Amino acid sequence: MRFRDVEHLFRLAAIFLAGTLVFVVAKAEMRPKDFGKDGHYRPAAVDEIRARAISYAGQTACADCHSDVVDLRAQARHKAVACESCHGPLATHATAMSDGTEAAKPVRPDGRTLCVRCHAAKTGKPKRYPIVDIKEHAGDENCLSCHKPHDPRIS
Amino acid sequence: MDRREFIMVGGKMLFMTAATAAALEHVMAGTPEKVDTYKAAEHWWALLIDVEKCIGCGSCVRACKTENDVINEPFYFRTWVERYHIEATDAEHPIVDSPNGAYDGFPEAYEEGKGKTFFVPKMCNHCADSPCTQVCPVGATFITPDGVVLIDKDYCVGCRYCVQACPYGCRYIDPRTHTADKCTLCYHRITKGLVPACVEVCPTGSRQLADLKNPSDPIHEFLRTHAIQVLKPQMATGSKIYYNGLDGAVR
Ligand code: HEC
Ligand code: HEC
Ligand code: HEC
Ligand code: HEC
Repeated sequence: MRFRDVEHLFRLAAIFLAGTLVFVVAKAEMRPKDFGKDGHYRPAAVDEIRARAISYAGQTACADCHSDVVDLRAQARHKAVACESCHGPLATHATAMSDGTEAAKPVRPDGRTLCVRCHAAKTGKPKRYPIVDIKEHAGDENCLSCHKPHDPRIS
Repeated sequence: MDRREFIMVGGKMLFMTAATAAALEHVMAGTPEKVDTYKAAEHWWALLIDVEKCIGCGSCVRACKTENDVINEPFYFRTWVERYHIEATDAEHPIVDSPNGAYDGFPEAYEEGKGKTFFVPKMCNHCADSPCTQVCPVGATFITPDGVVLIDKDYCVGCRYCVQACPYGCRYIDPRTHTADKCTLCYHRITKGLVPACVEVCPTGSRQLADLKNPSDPIHEFLRTHAIQVLKPQMATGSKIYYNGLDGAVR
């Protein structure tokens, strides 16, 4: 009876030891070698996040080819509004044009919906920011029939 | 099983292990930049949000979702805009709304001249002493040497501790991968010399990227000359999203 009790304990110890061994080996095998180099994390993850492709090229990227628009905007009231704020993400367009590859021509923004997004009168907008009551100001007319998008001031 | 068979099977298994190990190493290494001039130790990123300039147009929310492939459904946002409305004498009970995170801007809701209304853009605070990185059991979320809190999606087990720990509600579980997700401060852009997508498209300059380690960054002058606040300073998170003109009612 006693002999079997001890055997029972040994078995338990063996399982425990084997478990520890599996854990240690698995950890050594599966954990990347450089884990913890810069902190408690996997350094390669940073490179993976950095490798993501961009969608917005940034305003400076447009200047090489669209200098006419850039010049027009330089003194205009929209100078602080980035191209892609109205035109949407155009990184694929910019790279395609400089690489000479085929790409869809960017669609022109619709003057009926674009301007309203930023200029519709609404409580909470800063006091100095120019807003208009759309119905009163334009009715159903397209904003672009009076305003030029890159230099919106009329007078 | 005879000896010949044993050797064949054993050889195949050895080969497969080696191949898997090689493939795994390849995956782990990722695809680093070809010419890499970016030095993380030379930067300490922060962001300035000027509440007084925000018009609540939602450009940042849309640009963020596009740039970072954030799932295009309500309640999943890396950045969003809240509208606060405070009746003149009741600063303790602001009415806050954020329809679809301001993805489509805001519908008109309040009368001019009654109480005050303003917009507050929100996003990950990239805390220097971040509660979310402290609770992660597997080292899947961390702060980089240049001060950006990131998530290792391959390591994340989706346990949701960090979602609970973030005092600003900036994290969510991506239903596609079942891992935690949040703003990276467009780490793939700022390390290339670009500004984050939300900063790029903000029409009024309400959002400004700042590098605190760059002595010529205008942020230093701005911080010196304005009344700056961070969200929930009592939590001592070391938040690096600096708000100018933030009302005391904002939480
Ligand atoms: C490498 C040169 C190049 C760069 C960089 C570039 N573009 Fe273009 N873009 C062109 C060319 C060429 C066309 C005319 C394409 C066509 O007609 O099919 C064009 C067309 C356009 C159009 C449509 C014009 C129309 O007539 O409807 C828009 C809008 C535009 N670009 C915006 C941008 C913006 C915004 C950027 C910056 C992110 C940019 N482009 C960067 C070369 C460039
Ligand atoms: C306020 C919003 C806005 C901004 C900012 C803006 N655009 Fe435009 N852009 C428009 C609209 C709207 C049209 C379409 C005009 C039309 O349909 O006649 C347009 C048309 C264009 C066109 C084709 C027609 C033309 O006038 O040449 C080009 C090219 C263009 N934009 C480039 C740019 C570039 C480059 C920038 C940044 C330097 C920029 N845009 C900034 C709104 C904007
Ligand atoms: C992404 C936001 C945005 C869009 C879209 C936009 N604007 Fe603007 N607009 C601005 C900003 C910002 C200013 C500058 C405000 C300032 O100077 O304080 C401005 C200024 C103006 C002004 C000058 C106001 C003044 O006081 O002189 C006019 C006019 C104008 N916009 C018309 C338009 C028209 C027309 C469109 C559509 C083609 C448009 N805007 C689209 C953001 C926008
Ligand atoms: C019938 C012509 C016309 C149309 C259509 C029109 N505008 Fe105007 N808008 C004007 C004139 C004229 C002014 C004042 C002169 C100026 O801009 O210098 C003006 C001024 C503005 C201003 C500046 C207001 C301020 O307080 O400084 C904004 C913003 C504006 N318009 C936006 C729009 C938007 C948005 C639309 C489209 C919904 C639109 N406009 C359509 C003629 C027009």
